[in-house]
Amino acid sequence: MTPVEAALADAHRTEWAFVLAATVRVAGDLDLAEECAQEAYVAALQTWGDRGVPASPGAWLTTTARRKAVDRLRRDATLRRKLPLLIEPEAVTETGEPESVPDDRLRLVFTCCHPSLSPEAQVALTLRLVCGVETAEIARAFLVPEATMAARITRAKKKIAAARIPYRVPAADELTERLDPVLTAVHLLFTSGHTAPTGEELMRHDLVDRAIDLARTLVELLPREPEARGLLGLLLLTDARRATRVGADGRLRRLDEQDRSQWDQASITEGLRQTAEALTTGGAGRFTLQAAIAGVHAAAPRSADTDWPRIVRLYDALLTVWDSPVVALNRAVAVAFAHGPQVALELVDGLATDERLASYPYLPSTRAHLLSELGRVDEAAAEYRAAAVLTGNAREREFLLAAARQETEIALGAVGDVL
Amino acid sequence: MAEYAILIYGDEAQFDQTPEAWAAMMDAHGAFAKAVAEAGVTITGGNALQSAGTATSIRGGSVVTDGPFVETKETLGGFYLVECRDLDQAIAIAKLCPAPAGGVEVRPIQETSVG
Repeated sequence: MTPVEAALADAHRTEWAFVLAATVRVAGDLDLAEECAQEAYVAALQTWGDRGVPASPGAWLTTTARRKAVDRLRRDATLRRKLPLLIEPEAVTETGEPESVPDDRLRLVFTCCHPSLSPEAQVALTLRLVCGVETAEIARAFLVPEATMAARITRAKKKIAAARIPYRVPAADELTERLDPVLTAVHLLFTSGHTAPTGEELMRHDLVDRAIDLARTLVELLPREPEARGLLGLLLLTDARRATRVGADGRLRRLDEQDRSQWDQASITEGLRQTAEALTTGGAGRFTLQAAIAGVHAAAPRSADTDWPRIVRLYDALLTVWDSPVVALNRAVAVAFAHGPQVALELVDGLATDERLASYPYLPSTRAHLLSELGRVDEAAAEYRAAAVLTGNAREREFLLAAARQETEIALGAVGDVL
Repeated sequence: MAEYAILIYGDEAQFDQTPEAWAAMMDAHGAFAKAVAEAGVTITGGNALQSAGTATSIRGGSVVTDGPFVETKETLGGFYLVECRDLDQAIAIAKLCPAPAGGVEVRPIQETSVG
């Protein structure tokens, strides 16, 4: 890679959202803005090669892209007839000075993650527009044909224009509510990478890294929103375990089997700091509380040192802000460690009738684990097999089937002892 | 400004047919109209529909059948047309709309004038 290419790649990673978001404002149209931003990057290769990399590559790219948008609008009447994006004029204070202008990147993020778009569309649009990832690459990451992903993105853009989704940062009184789908989309991006829902590979590091970058940007842009900070803490603390989640044999490692000396201490330190700050600045929301739980795990030098009663208390708090059967299931796991498998099994059995968990593989796999601890090995084997049927991830399926075989062997061994 | 339809859907089986319930429903819509006006939004149209059992459908321009076009538990029971700044305002207004036996759908109106 030449120095110019390297500078350009760097500017794409760090400045794309900034360039695009500022160009949308002039273009009044997402597609036109995207084309002009892309053309600006192409032009940069030539110009920077001839005259050297400018002092501020982002500003150069923004100016170039915006100028292209103005030119295109002037020349092309059909573009001018397109329904323009609803762009709120910049707010002006009483003295006529522009108010502290919110970063255009925030407008872009809030438009991409508008609650009227489906969660899948929100994630795809965020990757495409905010992160500048090519549609083909997004399609590969989510294992759908490129045409499907392209259609999903096109449909979402069309809705933004036709339904008049405004290109603006929500007002202060609705900011926290509107931030939730944004954080959820970033979290979905992370979990899609952390445990790829389908396919052979357990993790997709590119998605994980994008999600952490986005969470960090949100904290930078909205420093007073504790949940953005809580999300960043959660992602960092979870990702700190990246190197230890899969063993050398390619098999999934449970939290208590992981080599904690391999956990990324820099991520843990930053994650704990962000989480502590989120906890002190606001009424703890669901991301902050999940980060706090991940923090208790991260702080235990050995699995046996884990403060399980504290984790149970954090889950209690989490359930009050987020009534989710998945949270209740995770709480039951914590109860098993704090108070033993029998109490926990009763809690899990209570959740078995919840329709929302009907196809959730971790319900039978949790039951299986508890039954195994209680020596009910035949039932445990059956539950592991039930979980294996429900998961779409090949690595997880292998893990569950191996566990089922192990339980069956124990059961057969016990029969052998009796005979 | 853009025009949106707020389509009110509900399960007719859950409708309370008593005069008291009807009066309460009318009051709720009166309060809705007042709240919309206070938000600076204009209601440009709307009506309540009689029950889906009174509907007649015509398919392909000729086949006449009894009943609504799409058979669903929750049927279209009425609608409003509102003039809003953007989808955010339309959603805020739609959240105020009474729909005790179901919910509402917000749809942008297609601009049909040429030019």
